[in-house]
Amino acid sequence: MKALSQKRRHPLAALVLLLMGLMLTGGVYAVATTLNQAKADTTTYSANDIKEGNKLFIANCATCHGMGASGSASGPSLVGVGAAAVDFQVGTGRMPMQMQGPQAQRKPVQFDATQTKQLAAYVASLGAGPSVPDASLVDGKGNAANGGELFRVNCAMCHNAAAAGGALTRGKFAPALAGVSGQHIYEAMVTGPQNMPVFNDANITPNGKRDIITFLKTIEADGSPGGNDLGALGPVSEGLFVWIAGLGVIIAFTIWLTSRSS
Amino acid sequence: MSAVTETTYTPETSVGRITNFVDERVGGSGILREFGRKVFPDHWSFMFGEVALYSFVILLLSGTFLTFFFDPSMAETHYNGSFVPLKGVEMSVAYNSSLNISFDIRGGLFMRQVHHWAALLFVASVSVHMLRVFFTGAFRKPREMNWVVGGVLVILSMAAGFTGYSLPDDLLSGNGLRIIDGVIKSIPIIGTYISFFLFGGEFPGTHIIGRLFTLHILLIPAVILLMIAIHLFMVVVHKHTQYPGPGRNDHNVVGYPLGPVYAAKAGGFFFIVFGVVAFMAAAFTINPIWNYGPYDPSPVSAGTQPDWYIGWVDGALRLMPGWLFGFPLEWHIPFPWGVNTLTLNVLLPALVPAGIVFTVLFTYPWLERWITRDNREHHVLDRPRNAPTRTAIGMAGFVFYCVLWAAASSDLIATHFFVSLNDVTYWLRGLFFLGPILAFIATKRIALALQRKDREIALHGRETGRIVRLPHGEFIEVHAQLDDYKRYKLVGFESPEPMPGIPNSKGIVTKSEKRRAALSRFFFEDRVAPATPAELEAGHGHAEHEAIDPANHDAKSISH
Repeated sequence: MKALSQKRRHPLAALVLLLMGLMLTGGVYAVATTLNQAKADTTTYSANDIKEGNKLFIANCATCHGMGASGSASGPSLVGVGAAAVDFQVGTGRMPMQMQGPQAQRKPVQFDATQTKQLAAYVASLGAGPSVPDASLVDGKGNAANGGELFRVNCAMCHNAAAAGGALTRGKFAPALAGVSGQHIYEAMVTGPQNMPVFNDANITPNGKRDIITFLKTIEADGSPGGNDLGALGPVSEGLFVWIAGLGVIIAFTIWLTSRSS
Repeated sequence: MSAVTETTYTPETSVGRITNFVDERVGGSGILREFGRKVFPDHWSFMFGEVALYSFVILLLSGTFLTFFFDPSMAETHYNGSFVPLKGVEMSVAYNSSLNISFDIRGGLFMRQVHHWAALLFVASVSVHMLRVFFTGAFRKPREMNWVVGGVLVILSMAAGFTGYSLPDDLLSGNGLRIIDGVIKSIPIIGTYISFFLFGGEFPGTHIIGRLFTLHILLIPAVILLMIAIHLFMVVVHKHTQYPGPGRNDHNVVGYPLGPVYAAKAGGFFFIVFGVVAFMAAAFTINPIWNYGPYDPSPVSAGTQPDWYIGWVDGALRLMPGWLFGFPLEWHIPFPWGVNTLTLNVLLPALVPAGIVFTVLFTYPWLERWITRDNREHHVLDRPRNAPTRTAIGMAGFVFYCVLWAAASSDLIATHFFVSLNDVTYWLRGLFFLGPILAFIATKRIALALQRKDREIALHGRETGRIVRLPHGEFIEVHAQLDDYKRYKLVGFESPEPMPGIPNSKGIVTKSEKRRAALSRFFFEDRVAPATPAELEAGHGHAEHEAIDPANHDAKSISH
């Protein structure tokens, strides 16, 4: 230590310090970014799945997404979006899209599970992307309290603290999350559909995502402890309710009370 | 009060003896005689003040229960109650105790919901009461000061509501406090100092909940109680107003005496209000604090709004653009002592709309008195249609308020009606300026049209829908005449005419006189005069003649 302290006023000391700092940040960055890299798809799809998926794709998707999913003026390229994106978009009925608009709306699902899997296999074969999550990550058996904290910090600003949904700019919106399957919630987090940002595994670890799903499933199953939740929309629905129902009933009573004498 | 009890009177029963004993010492019978004979006119719209009073009583009762269990400390703790999704989460003691009230104290959640629903109902009934007083002209002499006391009560009830809203220290209330902090900090020069003084340092600090708690349970309710006492005292002094009707004038009050029927009714009404609030609290959740989680300055949840009575100020903040025609509304002004920030995009919406509403509200009785030169006492109310300009001004203010109110829920309007949030904001910005004007014009026209209809009915009666064919082939519809009581309502009102400026002693019409004359024209230029007795006479003669002597149709065809 003595040698080090004697050299601390050396003209090159600053340079050495700078180099050390750069090495450290660079190293941490390198480690962090490897976490973000798209994982190779581990789900096994058969060659037949991919072939059938290609057929379905050409018949139902290529109009907008182009042949070979390379994209067109009306739809983005799907190379590298991964099986998870397909499973979410097709599995929730958002794709094939009903109409162009601020964002894709949910509608009745158009493909059965096998067809969805085949489509996912085809798109996954085009380039590495997030895969359909393992069932153990979406079972809703994580830590609800931790999930709640993560949800409030990362999700509630668009989806509302009670996951009742909320508005975004220019007609876009974050949907309510009640009734969405754990698998779709997970896939939405890793693929960032519509206007949603991607929450990769460095942002929220797979276990964190599992906790969020657990939190959502817990509040959905528990319901509202205080009675009807009026849409869980906060003070606006409460205010509307007290003005229309509360005051309305009281006015009815006042009219009844004064009807005989006047 | 001063009634001297005769000492020779000896009651026969034991109850009588006890009552007499008390009465001889406190003189209760005098008070009862005075109050029991107080006459109150009966009308449903007169009962909103009562609703407000009763919800205030409910607030005191349920609030007392909550103070037994609420701990306004901002010290940190870990939740260990029975609500699983928050188990082990770090939070303030205040939020922890609010959660315990909700989940671990018997009846706690019910009482919390009773308290909150009663608070919303309290401010709502105060507001409706105030609207009733305004639109019926009950603020006129001698009640101007009581109108001001009522205005102070509106502000106090908002303050009581807001301080209470902030106490649970959940995410929602913390976001609300942050907005208040932002508004305070936008006040030039002193804003930052006030904020640091209020929060005991940088936001959020560790003091604010305790301070708001003291205000919420001590100072504000005490001042509200005082104001209610003054308010009711003045009601007793002035006596109650009444709607126009036969036999009612500015020198009498027609109605029922307080005791015993009216008092029984009012007492029963308290339980009705309590029952309605209790039902709402039992069946509908309000402010589910467990959804929002503990306060943390970083997240802001979608759907974050204040309670309805603060909504209009929040709406103003939402409507205000940050830039206007390429000019920023936030300025950094270099002073010798450093750069000061002037954030007009926060300062203006936070202060200007509220400033306009409360200035007009507090000065309106004097304004109207000055314009009308009306120094008489008024105990008979106006029907809103019979004061078209006042009604129109009231509706303009109402629409102004409602536009701001709607703006506070712009995000929910966007999601629930499938429109763009930006478009909602643009439309409401337009309505902020145009809405009050359109409301003024429309209301005035509607009021005048209703007056014309009243006049028509008073003069010609009601259309019966019975068509009669006359011997010479003409068809007429028979009109039914009103009875005298109903007709009185349609013709018994004042309809002031515009007054020209009056010259002063030097024979000069001063500028202020001219202004007064111009305002008088603005108020009373468009008027529908009530049917005069002569007109009524002519009208009736004609109507009877129409019914019984259909042969003479010349006069009739003139009027049809």
